[in-house]
Amino acid sequence: MNVALPADPVRYVAKNMRLDLRLIAEMIAPGARVLDIGCGDGALSGHLFRTRGCDARGIEIDMAEVTRAVAHGLPVMQGDADADLAQYPDAAFDYVVLSRTLQAVERPREVLRQMLRIGERAIVSFPNFGHWQVRWQLLWAGRMPMTSVWNRPWHETPNIHPCTIRDFFALCAEEGYRVEKWLAVDDAGQRAPWRRFVGLANLFGEQALFQLRKAAS
Amino acid sequence: MQRGMDQAEPLEIAHAHVAFADGLALDCGVALRRLVVAFRTYGRLNAERSNAILICHALTGDQYVAEPHPVTGKPGWWDMVVGPGRPIDTDRFFVICANVLGGCMGTTGPRSPRDDTDAPNPPRWGTEFPPVTIRDMVRAQKRLIDHLGIARLFAVIGGSMGGMQVLEWAATYPDSVFAAVPIATAADHSAQNIAFNEVGRQAIFADPDWLGGSYWAHGRTPARGLAVARMIAHITYLSEQALTRKFGRRLRGATAAGLFDDTFEVESYLRHQGSSFVRRFDAASYLAITRATDYFDLAADHGGDLAAAFRGSRTRFCLISFSSDWLYPTAESRTIARALNRAAANVSFVEIETDKGHDAFLLDEPDFHRTLAGFLAGCAEHAGLPA
Repeated sequence: MNVALPADPVRYVAKNMRLDLRLIAEMIAPGARVLDIGCGDGALSGHLFRTRGCDARGIEIDMAEVTRAVAHGLPVMQGDADADLAQYPDAAFDYVVLSRTLQAVERPREVLRQMLRIGERAIVSFPNFGHWQVRWQLLWAGRMPMTSVWNRPWHETPNIHPCTIRDFFALCAEEGYRVEKWLAVDDAGQRAPWRRFVGLANLFGEQALFQLRKAAS
Repeated sequence: MQRGMDQAEPLEIAHAHVAFADGLALDCGVALRRLVVAFRTYGRLNAERSNAILICHALTGDQYVAEPHPVTGKPGWWDMVVGPGRPIDTDRFFVICANVLGGCMGTTGPRSPRDDTDAPNPPRWGTEFPPVTIRDMVRAQKRLIDHLGIARLFAVIGGSMGGMQVLEWAATYPDSVFAAVPIATAADHSAQNIAFNEVGRQAIFADPDWLGGSYWAHGRTPARGLAVARMIAHITYLSEQALTRKFGRRLRGATAAGLFDDTFEVESYLRHQGSSFVRRFDAASYLAITRATDYFDLAADHGGDLAAAFRGSRTRFCLISFSSDWLYPTAESRTIARALNRAAANVSFVEIETDKGHDAFLLDEPDFHRTLAGFLAGCAEHAGLPA
C-alpha cells in the first residue's frame, strides 16, 4: 500500500542505494532491530523498514543529513559514534551497522566494542587501504594515494584510521570476534572469484564487508 | 450593549470547555473539587479515533492555536504549523489544544472561584491557588482526552513549556502516546531559567497595583510589573543576532535626546510586547505557571535517572532544538536524546540552524516545518494511519 509522504517524497529503492548498503541489507534478517551508525540520509533504514519490516534507526554526525532523513520520516538522531554508543543498553539491537565510517572515527577499536555490546551482530564496511592502486601510488609516486575510493587529500580527509582487510582480520582476532561472513568487492560491486583468498582480496578488493559476532565465551 | 473586542474585559470571555465534577488531585496534596478544561479542536476525529494530535502550549500560549484569538484578534499562535496542508495537517489529523491548568483562558486557575468553600459567591483563588506542576497540567489534559474517547493519541507536540508537557505525557502515559515531539525544551529548568523567571515574578510583586496579590478585589491590575516580566522573558526568547538584525541601534525619531522615552527601536518593540501581553494575561497565572516550569525536573521524579522516565517506552520521539536558542539550548535536547538512548527508545533528534533564538519554533522555519511534517508522515506510516 502506498502512503503519501509530505512535500518532496523520496522512495528509497535498492537500485538507488550505495552498493555496500545493498549488500548489507541482504545480510539482515527481516523484522530485526537495527542501528545504523553514520547512516547519512537514512537510505538503509528506510529500505530495511519498507522491504524487511525492520525496526531500523540511525545515528548521523552531519546535521544537514539528519534533517533530510527525519524530514523523510526516518528515525535518525544527530550523534557521534565515538560519544553516543556508550549510551545504549546492552543487546538493544540485533544488528549494529557501521558502513564506510570505521576509518573516520577516533577510536575504531572502542567503537567496535560498543557495537558488539549494544548489538548481537556488527556489520562493518570500509574502504580497503590494501588495494593495489593504493600500494602502487605510495610505492612509485611516494605520495599519499588518491583513488576513486580514497579521493581526498591527506590534509583534509576525515579518514584518519585507514586499514586493510588483513589489518581488520588481525583486529578481530585480537578482540576475539568471530567473523561470520566477509566479502571484498570492487567498486562496481562484482564479487570477484578471488574473494575466498584473503591475500588476493586485500589486493583487489576496493571495499570490504564483515559480519561479526562476539566469540562464545 | 455590544462591546468591541478592544473594550472587552479580556479575561472574562466565555471559552469552550468541559467541567469535571470530580475535580483533580494535585501533586501538592490539595485536591481541586472542580476542574474545568478549556480547549479547542481542529479537523475531524476518524472513526477509529486514531488520528488525534494533542498540542501543548507554552508559558504564555493558549488553546487558540489555529484561529484568531478572541482577545487580541491576532491569528492563532501556531497558524503557520497547524491547518489544512500545514505540517500538522488538519485535513488528516484531529488537533486538540487545551489551556493549561493554572492558565487564564478558561481552564481552572487563579481566576477561578475557590472550590474549598460552600459560600454562595466564593472569591477567586488568586495567589491562594494551589501550586501546580507540569504533571498536574498533563493529568488535566488526560481527563480531557479520556472525555473525548481517545485511548491513544497519535502524537503529542509542544515547544518550550509545551515540550515539558510532551515529555511528561510520554513518561506518565506511555501507552497513550504513539509519537512525541518535544521542541526547544528541557527535562528540567536550569538555574539560569529559574533566575529569569524570578526577575519576572519580582517585577510583578514590585508593582504597586499588585496589592499583595489582592488586585482583583480592588479592580486593579499589576500591568506594569507584568509587562516588565514579559519584556525580560521576551529578550530570552530571542538571540542577540536576531535583535541586531531586527533593530540594531536604530533610533525611532530623528533626535536621540530623551532619557526616558523609548528612543531605540528595540525599546519600543519590547514595550509593545509588554503592553499587549497584559491585555490577555493574568499576573497570578504568570506566577503559577512560571513556578510550575521551575519545579519541573523529570529525572528527579524518576529516582534521578532521566532514562528511567522512558524505560520500556514504545513511543517514537522526535526532539527538535534550535542552534541560537540559549534559553533551552541544544545541549538540553541532547541530554534528553541520550536518556532516550539509554532507555532504548526510538528517537530522532534534529538541531535546526537558525539565528531566531528560542522563538524560532513559532516562526517561519522551513527546515523545522519539513522535519515536523516528515516525522509525522513517517509515524503515520508506522501507525498504519490511512493516508
